Amino acid sequence: MRPTPPSDPPPPGTLLELRNVTKIYGQGEVQVKALAGVDLRIARGEFVAVMGPSGSGKSTCMNLLGCLDTPTSGSYRFRGLEVGALSRDQRALLRRHYLGFVFQGFNLLARTTALENLELPMIYRGIPAAERHRHARAALQAVGLANREGHTPGELSGGQQQRIAIARAIVTNPDLILADEPTGNLDSARSVEIMELLVRLNRERGMTIVMVTHEPDMAAFARRIIHFRDGLIASDETSQP
Amino acid sequence: MNLLTTFILAIREVRRHLLRSALTTLGIVIGVGAVILMVTLGRGAQAQVTSTISSLGRNLMILVPERAVRTGGGGSTAPFKMEDMLAIARDVPNAVVAPQAASSVLVIYGNESRPVGVTGIDNQWFVARDWKLSAGRTFSDAELRSGRPVCVIGATTRKELFKYQNPLGATLRIGKVSCEVVGLLEAKGASFGNDPDDVVLLPLQTYQRRIAGNRDIGMAWISARSSDDIAKVQADVTSLMHERRRLGPGEPDDFAVKDMKEISKTVGQVTTLLTAFLSSIAAVSLVVGGVGIMNIMLVSVKERTREIGIRMSIGAMEGEVMQQFLVEAVTLSVLGGLMGVAGGLLSSAIACHFIKLPFVLDFSIVVLAFVFSATVGVVFGYFPARQAARLDPIEALRYE
Repeated sequence: MRPTPPSDPPPPGTLLELRNVTKIYGQGEVQVKALAGVDLRIARGEFVAVMGPSGSGKSTCMNLLGCLDTPTSGSYRFRGLEVGALSRDQRALLRRHYLGFVFQGFNLLARTTALENLELPMIYRGIPAAERHRHARAALQAVGLANREGHTPGELSGGQQQRIAIARAIVTNPDLILADEPTGNLDSARSVEIMELLVRLNRERGMTIVMVTHEPDMAAFARRIIHFRDGLIASDETSQP
Repeated sequence: MNLLTTFILAIREVRRHLLRSALTTLGIVIGVGAVILMVTLGRGAQAQVTSTISSLGRNLMILVPERAVRTGGGGSTAPFKMEDMLAIARDVPNAVVAPQAASSVLVIYGNESRPVGVTGIDNQWFVARDWKLSAGRTFSDAELRSGRPVCVIGATTRKELFKYQNPLGATLRIGKVSCEVVGLLEAKGASFGNDPDDVVLLPLQTYQRRIAGNRDIGMAWISARSSDDIAKVQADVTSLMHERRRLGPGEPDDFAVKDMKEISKTVGQVTTLLTAFLSSIAAVSLVVGGVGIMNIMLVSVKERTREIGIRMSIGAMEGEVMQQFLVEAVTLSVLGGLMGVAGGLLSSAIACHFIKLPFVLDFSIVVLAFVFSATVGVVFGYFPARQAARLDPIEALRYE
């Protein structure tokens, strides 16, 4: 294991920073080293695509970034907070106030209308009903589904469901959107629409987006592409616009 | 997230799975309903006992031939004689004694006939039992003395034999005796399948000579002048009868003087006990209903693992997930409780109507059953709710 680098103050504009982060699952003989010492800095306003074969550690990294899990060793600082030192509930509060998730399988509540799905994160934030409705409608507008607020996921196409899911992620105006293969269940035309929506949110609202994808076509929409291999970052390229 | 919002969300969840929710609460509905039904019927029975006893007459005792239970006997012994009655009337102060002899005899009028409790009495009987006539008259001294075939009939007997005709002056056949109806008793109302209004009263002499063919007196009603006299009268009659029935000192009585109030208390206690017993059986079904809720909630937590994962990724804390499922369980059980209260009251009203019991609404038991059902929700909702709250968000999101 490499020595932990000295904790210099992060450069301005840093949203999150991983320093020599490892994640080990299991114990003894069956130990699996999912992350083998990752250093990563993401600044506010970036659009990062994370690629890599399965088992390369990218999903583990996303779980850590999303404060759903804590590193085995090393330091993960989100907004200057050491996430590894926080309790389960404190991490839940971080997610509530600063994070938005978009999943491959959409993960909308079934038999629940689009509007109610969008209300959910705001309910946990304790926002009053009238304000919730206003924000939810605005978010639906932003993803182009203003006329679908009364529809349940079962009544919507995959592309529409993913737009609702994105609306749910942005409705609280989070600092960071984590998208885990958001186009994995969609055809290429729908995928491009979703990517254009994410790009627009990144450009127009300055939302920081970290997206896992298998498809280079989709990764090309991001300005920065990180490749994982064997629990380490194999490459990290930023293209100039 | 505040409790009201949680509650609203819980209602939404219940509505979303209407059939499942209905089946879940069925146990609670039946449990609460059964408790309310049992208690209401019990209270009705108690009220009936009380009113029956008070309708018997004031400060009333009965003198009956009866072997003391402790000697291992039971059952009746030798009847009384008219001389016993005269002795009581003479020697026991502050008491009215009304002898009676009775048996079931076929009574015929026109085409109608029915077996009726035919009872030989004297006019003291109306005093002791505090029972008035609604029409006609009681017996004259001459009728009592010479044993004339005249009778006073109860309201049920009148209704069954005469329908809407006027019975006064009509002639009944009682066994082999033709008998003129001279009076009509006020209705007292049926109780416990025993209808005191189904009766034909004859002068005691008439009954003894023409119906029974002996001079036995089956029992006597004894009414004390005031409630303070009851104990004294009871003791006096007991010692007098002990002597008159030629029982040695220390020999057990072969008769009993029973205070009707004591009997009513005993009956009341038995009814209360029975009510408690039946209610506790019903309460068990309430607990079974709670286990039903726990089962469904556990299945529901499993089924909604992904939803729980979504909520956690969005930022729900452990306590909030727990609260959500707990409130859902309580909402279900409270809804079940409400339906149970409604169903219990409705079925009680119907049951009371058919078994002719007064419908006594005990509000405290309604509240209690309701509170208990909510408690069942908390107790049996706790385990599934904790199960949900302890899920790992990553695992939960991956759950298929």
